[in-house]
Amino acid sequence: MNFLSVGNPRRLLKLLIVVFTSLIIGLGLLTPANADTVGEEYDYAVLGNVKIEGVAVGGVRMVVEGAGYSAETLTSDDGSWLIGVPTKDVYSVTLDESTLPAGVVVLEGEPTQEVELGLSGRVVMNFFIGEGERNEVSFVDQFISRFIYGINFGLMLGLASVGLSLVFGTTGLSNFAHGEMVTFGAVAALVFGVFMQLPIWVAIPLAVIASAGMGWSLDAGLWKPLRKKGLGIVQLMIVSIGLSLTMRYIIQFFIGGGTEQLPGFDSPKISLFGAVALSSNDLYSMGISIAVIIGFAVWLIKTKTGKATRAISDNPDLAAASGIDVDKVIRIVWIVAASLAGLSGVLWAYFRPGIKWDMGTQILLLIFAAVTLGGLGTAFGALIGALIVGILVETSGMFIPSDLKYVGALVVLIGVLMFRPQGIMGRKQRIG
Amino acid sequence: MDWGTIINNTLAGLLTPTTIAFALAALGLAMHFGFAGLLNFGIAGFMAIGAYGYAISVLTFGLPWWLGMIIGVLGSIAFAILLGVPTLRLRGDYLAIVTIAAAEIARLLFLTTAFTDVTGSADGLFGYNSAGGFTSANPFPPGSYGFGPWTYNSETLWVLTFGLGVLALCIWFLWALMRSPWGRVIKGIREDEDAVRALGKNVFAYKMQALIIGGVFGGLGGIVYAAFANVSPGVYVTSITFFIWTALLLGGAATIFGPVIGSVIFWVLQAFLSNILPELAINGILPVDGTQAATLRFVLVGIGLMLLVIYRPQGIFGDKREMTFVK
Repeated sequence: MNFLSVGNPRRLLKLLIVVFTSLIIGLGLLTPANADTVGEEYDYAVLGNVKIEGVAVGGVRMVVEGAGYSAETLTSDDGSWLIGVPTKDVYSVTLDESTLPAGVVVLEGEPTQEVELGLSGRVVMNFFIGEGERNEVSFVDQFISRFIYGINFGLMLGLASVGLSLVFGTTGLSNFAHGEMVTFGAVAALVFGVFMQLPIWVAIPLAVIASAGMGWSLDAGLWKPLRKKGLGIVQLMIVSIGLSLTMRYIIQFFIGGGTEQLPGFDSPKISLFGAVALSSNDLYSMGISIAVIIGFAVWLIKTKTGKATRAISDNPDLAAASGIDVDKVIRIVWIVAASLAGLSGVLWAYFRPGIKWDMGTQILLLIFAAVTLGGLGTAFGALIGALIVGILVETSGMFIPSDLKYVGALVVLIGVLMFRPQGIMGRKQRIG
Repeated sequence: MDWGTIINNTLAGLLTPTTIAFALAALGLAMHFGFAGLLNFGIAGFMAIGAYGYAISVLTFGLPWWLGMIIGVLGSIAFAILLGVPTLRLRGDYLAIVTIAAAEIARLLFLTTAFTDVTGSADGLFGYNSAGGFTSANPFPPGSYGFGPWTYNSETLWVLTFGLGVLALCIWFLWALMRSPWGRVIKGIREDEDAVRALGKNVFAYKMQALIIGGVFGGLGGIVYAAFANVSPGVYVTSITFFIWTALLLGGAATIFGPVIGSVIFWVLQAFLSNILPELAINGILPVDGTQAATLRFVLVGIGLMLLVIYRPQGIFGDKREMTFVK
């Protein structure tokens, strides 16, 4: 699985720099390597990337005008462009729609938009483009549309959250490596579906089975021995942080720092009613989530193992005294939690879309928010919490800048702890 | 393989502004976790607020550097109060989740394009050291100082002197605090909160003071780092918090010099691994490519953290009896 094979030392150096930058600078802005560039002699620049659902579009004409200056360029094959400007001023940026592929237009806002150069001397201007008509939907339609996206996101968040909640309930561990279990599922689907070229309806179940295997081996190889050794809750929590770092960078070791896609990630949108359009992926995703969650609920309420799980969550000592094999149940809980997290990773890879080595880290705090909101250690509370967080994240983008949409959920997390620390469904004795 | 360069670069890791910034932040965590038993997973947030507080005061409000740094410290105090009020009454792992969430909120607010004019968004901030007069306050005339791996220009020497001064003050302060009656109450809270409460102490107030003092150390770490490198939101990610935890636990959480020595060991090892792993890969000794070799060292950090917590939670210098988090 060596995708980043290195030909010559100079390329190696470049790769090293790219990786170094992405590791250390993290989300820092990387200047496109082969941007189609004009006006490089100036100190200031307007730049961007023209992409349709993640696929770069070359040869699009970009015009920058303002402050008595005008320049234009065509985007390069990787969709990037950069136009240098002489002064720190307000410029209008135009994307020439006639140079886009047929049927593609600027979806949000006008094709000409104003930008102002900030402190950095560089400003990024990206247009939301795609197939279809210009997006001039009413507030209500937009809200409904985002609300449905939110339910979709909330359901996949719920899949991951109930697992974390079950593990917390039965073992007391706040598992910081849960995000990496989400990533693992997505990466397993990538391995089966793309590298091994299996059909996706085979690859996804295999990825879930691989996740289950991961859950089994983590409990057998790490968590059970540590329980036997008698480690404290805080120690276990820090071990899970170490595990999270280890798994995250092992995943980066194998798939690199870029974004990978699963087959069929760009399924066309189907117009449902009004301006609400969902892709078939979204519909499948919601269907799968709901079916799995119902199955999970039946398992937890009706089966013997499910009852034993809830008994252990309530009182581990009493459960053990009444003849429940606590270790066996915890093993099953780890397997269930890992499979659900893995499935959620696959669905999220379609929702984002894309698979990245640190995707699990991005979602981990939202999972924590969902679990805390619902009440730590209650599986169904986690589900409700996840739906609320999902809807909140997606709809809040209408009122606050979209790069702050996760902030809303995290503020709610802190707010819940202030006013109702036991969460929606939790009980007060658990909060200490 | 060029062993000369590898050894040289490794030894240089002993004393860098990054090492000092790390040591300050780890000292803050020692106050929080080692002595007071508070699980703070948001030290990156304290660092970010210290660094941004300094840079923004200088760039946006035109204040001199020393005032900017004081504002950075005040910012981290405010952050500590903001975090402490809702969570210090709750169980430990709640504080862990809230601090990590609050640090992410802070980072996302610095990263968003909504406040680009003030925060510089993803590009971060730079130029404040010269604008605020920190650079011109340098008492060292231009030139080259030191020897061997520890050769610095006058700017770096100034940052190092400044950083070491701040670090020495913080170490002294923490040492003096922990041998005072106040320190004994704090340790008592770590061991048994209810017992201390029964003695009539206001546990919440003591915890809040501990959170503020550790937070100030963290903020100073961010400021020292900002005095050397640009302020960039990508630095203050959760991984950096976990790396500082690794450094802290390596040295010993409930010790004064443990966090400092832990940071030094952490960065010397990082410098060594980041030099040797790509070399091994290029020479075909490791069957990986250069990029993968660079990733491997972070895998090793994770494995190291796990082994440390499982087998030697008291760290190199710590005393196991002081580790209440170990059953």
